Formats: sequence, structure tokens, C-alpha cells
Amino acid sequence: MLFPVALPLILAAIAFALPGQRQRPPVLLAGAALHSLGVLLFWLRPPAPQLDGWLALDAPGKLVLTVTSLLFLACAVYSQGYLERRIDRDNRVFVGGLLVLLSAMTVVALSQHLGLLWVAIEITTLSTAPLIYFNHNALSLEAAWKYLLVCSLGIALALLGTFFLALSSAGPGGPHSLLVSDLVAAGPMLSRPWVRAAFVFLLVGYGTKMGLAPLHSWKPDAYGEAPGILGAILSGGVTSLAFLALVRILHVSSAAGEGHFARESLVAMGLLSMALAAVFMVGQRDFKRMLAYSSVEHMGILALGIGLGGLAASGAFFHMVANGLTKGVLFLAAGNIHRAFGSKLTDQVKGAAVRLPISGPLFLAGFLAITGSPPFAPFFSELAILNGAFLGGHTVIGGLFLAFLAVIFVGMGTTVLGVVQGEPPDAEWNPGNGDSPLTAGPPLALMAAVLVLGLWVPRGLMALFDSAASLIGG
Amino acid sequence: MARWTDMVFVLVVVLDFFVLASSRLQAAIRAVAAQGALLALLPLILATGESDVTHVALLAVGALLVKGVAIPWMMAWATREAAIRREVEPIVGFVPSLVLGAAGVALAFAFASELPLPTGGKHMLLVPTSLSTVWTGLLLVVSRRKAVAQVLGFLILENGVFVFGVLLGDFMPVMVEAGVLLDLFAAVFVMGIVMFHINREFSSLDTGKLSALKD
Repeated sequence: MLFPVALPLILAAIAFALPGQRQRPPVLLAGAALHSLGVLLFWLRPPAPQLDGWLALDAPGKLVLTVTSLLFLACAVYSQGYLERRIDRDNRVFVGGLLVLLSAMTVVALSQHLGLLWVAIEITTLSTAPLIYFNHNALSLEAAWKYLLVCSLGIALALLGTFFLALSSAGPGGPHSLLVSDLVAAGPMLSRPWVRAAFVFLLVGYGTKMGLAPLHSWKPDAYGEAPGILGAILSGGVTSLAFLALVRILHVSSAAGEGHFARESLVAMGLLSMALAAVFMVGQRDFKRMLAYSSVEHMGILALGIGLGGLAASGAFFHMVANGLTKGVLFLAAGNIHRAFGSKLTDQVKGAAVRLPISGPLFLAGFLAITGSPPFAPFFSELAILNGAFLGGHTVIGGLFLAFLAVIFVGMGTTVLGVVQGEPPDAEWNPGNGDSPLTAGPPLALMAAVLVLGLWVPRGLMALFDSAASLIGG
Repeated sequence: MARWTDMVFVLVVVLDFFVLASSRLQAAIRAVAAQGALLALLPLILATGESDVTHVALLAVGALLVKGVAIPWMMAWATREAAIRREVEPIVGFVPSLVLGAAGVALAFAFASELPLPTGGKHMLLVPTSLSTVWTGLLLVVSRRKAVAQVLGFLILENGVFVFGVLLGDFMPVMVEAGVLLDLFAAVFVMGIVMFHINREFSSLDTGKLSALKD
């Protein structure tokens, strides 16, 4: 079980030590491929808990870990082409940082101890901040600073929340532990006022990391300035891990009898995130920032889903998978378009489908998928959440959900169609920045996965969504 | 003994106010270092007969090294490199900062009296001190323009969280505590690197220049 944690760390050390620019990207690919292999083995033979139960693989962790690993593998293949084009840039920190991130993400997914979970999530922030600055210009520096400061503050508040939760378990008869299973077993023995205070701080802390409104301020800047590959990993992987952290906290809060309050907060923040994303996506001229607001929206949908509980929670786990894969398509395709046109503003980028015969249409297909058009996976996951809302009697919430989705579809569609359609500007461009198998293949593969999951979800996967949702009840 | 403990808590809060009112970065850095060193005493003076001696000693030494020595040294180095002498350059003035800080202390006491400790209470000043220090840190981060001053705010916030953590010393695993301290150290280290680049890019550590990205 420790293999997918330790291996990327060892490879990161190797990547930092290697002297040559061209030697490092293969190390990244090796790390990603072996990690995916390790995760595949987890599916074939479920691992036993380790380190006194601190690390264990449960249903939500398994889902998040699998999506993260697949997305990381696609990005690692993509990086072989991307870093070759950016050979002028020192990629030591980039490759090393990504491998450290992979290890930390694995720990988050496996961690059953809330203290360890916190430490690993903080490492994901620290290892990605320098990567946002990969382009070494004033704008990416500003984005990196905001990301680092806002996320560090959020995470510090999450630590305070974790301490509150520890304190709630310290009363007479309490478990004196931060293991999720101990806390859930203790349930009503926990001190309720402290559980509620803990939930508020943890929601603010991990909500910042997840990018829920109004704590999302770092997101448009970071996703806008970072390389597309990092945008894909952040919006599909790291935010899903923060979501997993919230799932664990909700699990404990529900067991302690504070579930009602926790759910209502999640629903409120989810709807607020969708509303805010709708406002900022209409008329957005920067297509990478637009994707960032799309990420705010989808994190909102996830929060809404687990807030509603039941069917909607099962839909939320499906949506976490669907969103993670689709965000990979969108960010990688957007990165290709950005590179080929030298701009990410809609007034300068037109006719992407002509100049990039694969990435351009993929960007369009990714847009259709993420906004919930059939037959792609997000359509079915959003439908499940909507079903949960209406069957649960939350008509107003369901109505708002639909209204926001409609506004976002129109707003995002205007920007995306403007980028993809038309004739490219006459200016000279370097055909070396066009589509190549290494840069267009990975988003294409992810898109195929999104389509397949829309047409057919394996029964075992469906059962996993349900068993993950049953943990948080509702 | 109890009077000494009171003294430590009161001093921690006094240092919060000192940093809020301080216009000189060097002085503020020294104050944060002093606060970090004071915090290292807490695990020792709050230890009871049941506490694990090595655990308490490790926590105290670790806190002293990270919060009292290594981080302030790094911050002082960063200000020297960037040739900043003075000027915290607040967005919110010093007097309003102090008023807000005082309001935070009042709120912290109110919160602490609303929520009694399930453990029967180690010390009545602990929770209010922790929360008002957290509040001071947040206030500093949002109301100062210099990157160094913002990082100082982050450190004070972490100090506040640490005070609360001392309450849990009995059953927080050593591994987690070590991880928290290491993460803090790494966070300031990464922030230091980014500050170095900000200084090179803009010839200044004024985060007011970092305002090109918006909608």
C-alpha cells in the first residue's frame, strides 16, 4: 500500500538530482505509469489497512485516487510533448514538484487520520505553488503568491478546525483520537458545540482549497497563469482531494448529530458557487479564466450533491469522476490553443478548429460535456443530482440548479464557440506548436473515457458510488 | 506557577498588539520571534504529571527551533536582501488595526465562555489567547501591503493555532505535530522564495503591484 506513496518521492529525488533537461520528463512518465499500475493492483486485490489504520482504502478514497492517477498519467504523457517544446525553461522544479504532489495526493486519498490528512493537503499546496510560476513572468508570480497565501491561510484555519474536532473527542468517554473510524464510532459522545465549530473552520479551510465561493479568489488567477497541465491536475485532482476531505468531515459531523447544520451549509455554499460562476462566466474574454470559473461551478455542484445526500450524494461522486476527467480534456486542449495562438484572449484567438484539427474540436466537445450535454458522463451525473433534489422534495434548489446550468451553458458557449469557430488570424505562427500525438493524444483519450462513462457505467463502479454515498447518508 | 502561566498568555497577546501597531518590519520580526519562543514554553509549563516527558520536550524544542529561531532568521534575511528598512505600509491604519485587534480579543473571550472545554479546562486564558492571536494574524494578512508583513501575519495566525494545539498535547501523535511544524517551515521557505522573485521582478516587495489579475 505504501508503494504509490514512496515511489513518486524517490523519483522526485532522482528528478531533482538529474542534470539534463531531457532526462527528467521520462522520470515523470515512469512515476505516473507505475503509480497507475499500483492503483490498478488496489482494484484487483484490496489492500489491508496500514500504520494502525491511519492509511486505508475506502470507497470515496478509491474513487478519488483512481481519477487522480488516471488524470496524472494523461498529463504525464502530455508533458513529454509539452516540456520538449518548453526546453528553454528549467524543468527541474516542475518535474520534481509534480512527483512530490503525486505522492502527497496519494496520502490524502488513503488517509483516515485527520491530522495526517491535513499535513498531506498542505504539502499539495506547497508543491504546486512554485509550478504556477513556471512561466517566470510578473503575472504568473502574482498568481503564485495569491495561491500560496490564500491557500496557506485557509489551510491554517483547517488546522484549527482539526484541533477543535480533536478537542470534541477529548471529553470523558471520548475516543481521544483523530481517526475517522474512532470519531464516527464515538458519534454522540463527541462534544456537539465543538463539532459544529470544527465543521465551520474545516469548511472554510478545505473549502478554500477546493475553491468554493466566496473562498475561490485564488482560482481564476492560478488557473489562468499556470501551464494547462497544472490547471488540469489542480482542477481535476487536487480540488477533488479537498472534496474528499470535506466528505470525511461531513461523515464525522453526521455521526455526531451535526449533520443537518453541515448539510445546509454545504448546499448554501454550493448554490453560491454556481451563482457566482454564472455571473463571471458570461462575457469572460480569457478562456483559461473561464475554465477556472467552470471549476468553481463544479465544486459547487459537488458540495450541493453531498449536502443534499442520498441519491444526490451518489450522483456527486459520479460527478467528481466525470468532472475530473473532463477538466483534463478542457485544460490540456486550452493549453494547446494558448500555445498555438500565443494568447488566451477571445479577441485574438479565433478558428482554433482550423489551426488545431484535434485540440480545437476537443475543446468544443469538452465544453459540451462539462455543461451537461448528453451523451457525456457529466450529463448523467448532474441528472442524478437533480433527481436527488426533486425526489427529496427540494424543488427550489433543483430549480435554481437548472437555472444556473442554463446561464452557464450560454455564457461559456459564447466564449468557446468564439475560440473554436471562424478563421484563424493571418499572423505567422509556428506549426511546431500545432497538434502532435503527444499533446493531442492525452486529451483525446480522456475525452473517450468521458464518452464511455456516459454510455456505460460498469456495475462495480456504480456500486462504489453508492457505497461512498452511504457513508455520509442523508 | 499559575501566575507565570498567566504572564505567558498575556505576553503573547501583548505581542499581537505590538505587531499590529508596529511600523518597522525589523521590530515586528523580532516580536514574532519572541512570541514563537514564548510559545515553546507553553508545553513545558502546562505539562501535567501524566504527560509523556520526551513528547513534551520534543514539542518545546521543535517549536523553539522552528518558530523562535529558523523562521525569524529567514524573514530577517529576506528583509535584508530586499533592502527594506522600515514601513509596514498598512492598508488599514495602525489605530484602526488596534481597535479591530481589541474587538477580536473581546470576541475571543465571548466565544471561549460560550464553549466550555470538554476536558475540564487546562487554563482559562488559553482559548481566548489562541483565538485572538488567530484573529490578529488574519487581520495582518489582509491589511498590510508588504509581502514580508503578510507572511508575519501568517506566522502569527499559526502561532495562535499552536496555542490551541498545546491543549491536545496529551493525545496528538508526535508524527502529526512534527508534520505540522515541518509544513510551517516549508511554507515560509516557499514564501521566501516567491518573495525573492517578487523583489527581483518588481524591485519591491509591495504586493500592491500584484494587482494586474482581476475580472
